[in-house]
Amino acid sequence: MRATLVQTGAELQYLLRIGDSSLILGQRLSEWCGHGPILEEDIALTNIALDLIGQARLLLSATGELEGRSRDEDQLAFTRPENEYRNVSLVELPNGDFARTMLRNFLFAAFQGPLWEALRTSAYEQLAAIAAKSAKETRYHLRHAADWTVRLGDGTEESKQRMQRALDYLWPYTSELFTPTAEDDAVVESGFGVAWSTLQPAWEAAVLPVLDLAGLKVPARTPFVSSGKSGRHSEHMGHLLSELQYLQRTYPGNAW
Amino acid sequence: MNPREWPLFEVFVRSRNGLDHKHCGSVHAPDPALALQMARDVYTRRQEGASIWVVRADHIVASDPEAKPEMFDPAEDKIYRHPTFYRLPDEVNHM
Repeated sequence: MRATLVQTGAELQYLLRIGDSSLILGQRLSEWCGHGPILEEDIALTNIALDLIGQARLLLSATGELEGRSRDEDQLAFTRPENEYRNVSLVELPNGDFARTMLRNFLFAAFQGPLWEALRTSAYEQLAAIAAKSAKETRYHLRHAADWTVRLGDGTEESKQRMQRALDYLWPYTSELFTPTAEDDAVVESGFGVAWSTLQPAWEAAVLPVLDLAGLKVPARTPFVSSGKSGRHSEHMGHLLSELQYLQRTYPGNAW
Repeated sequence: MNPREWPLFEVFVRSRNGLDHKHCGSVHAPDPALALQMARDVYTRRQEGASIWVVRADHIVASDPEAKPEMFDPAEDKIYRHPTFYRLPDEVNHM
């Protein structure tokens, strides 16, 4: 069964989708290094970035292994063209201000939580192990971002305004998390993964009460659905990649 | 305190094989819950801790450094307060 799936590539695409989402958000958060609003938060954001990059390393290594074309984590992270990245568009959007950064961390951690939970029983043992390890990290990310979401949403006039603006901006990109794909169907059939569409209730149960507590108004859903997980990215992705890939493109194979 | 500035919290961390929380530094934070998270991020990144306490710095009552002579010097010449002068019976082990 695995052979057919590898042939159609569903498992690989599915792994890349998870790994790339961690990688790209990790890259985004690393942009805050040295720019945090206070020292403590600067360190917190960098810690979270490192957790995410750690997840990406494990997932991309696993992808490379499964792919069997002897590509390692670095080659996968740094040498693919844009349309081969499978991260959801949400994570590639620019950081914006602290409010948007924090709210995105919240929305994404609330998604990663149930995802890891479901993947703990993956038929692919390596993925199950990565999920178990990452679940602990994500629980902390969620708590951290949720606490900030409430404090800023329920804070000063300005912080509330910025949070609402961030929510209006980010909310449409959360639809993509739950759109069904052929890969999802394939990995469910083989017991490799979970269909992301089934995670929506758990995500909403984590997200909506916090937004409510923060006094934020949840925007109505629109027909817009971003398409990062099928490789069609926003205009921001190319700029992000040029920075992410600079070193490997300039000095191919360089290591330290 | 400048009202625009967050209060200072002192951080105490208990190491994984230690029994007591030791003071290791301080963080600025808007409230105790976030102080705990920031202490976690700043002071336990290298597996230093199994437990953290934070307490607002202005809630700590401290002795006055100026009062050191009357507070601590009188103990200086009272060496009999150390237990080293007692002879232990041979039957007592592990003291």
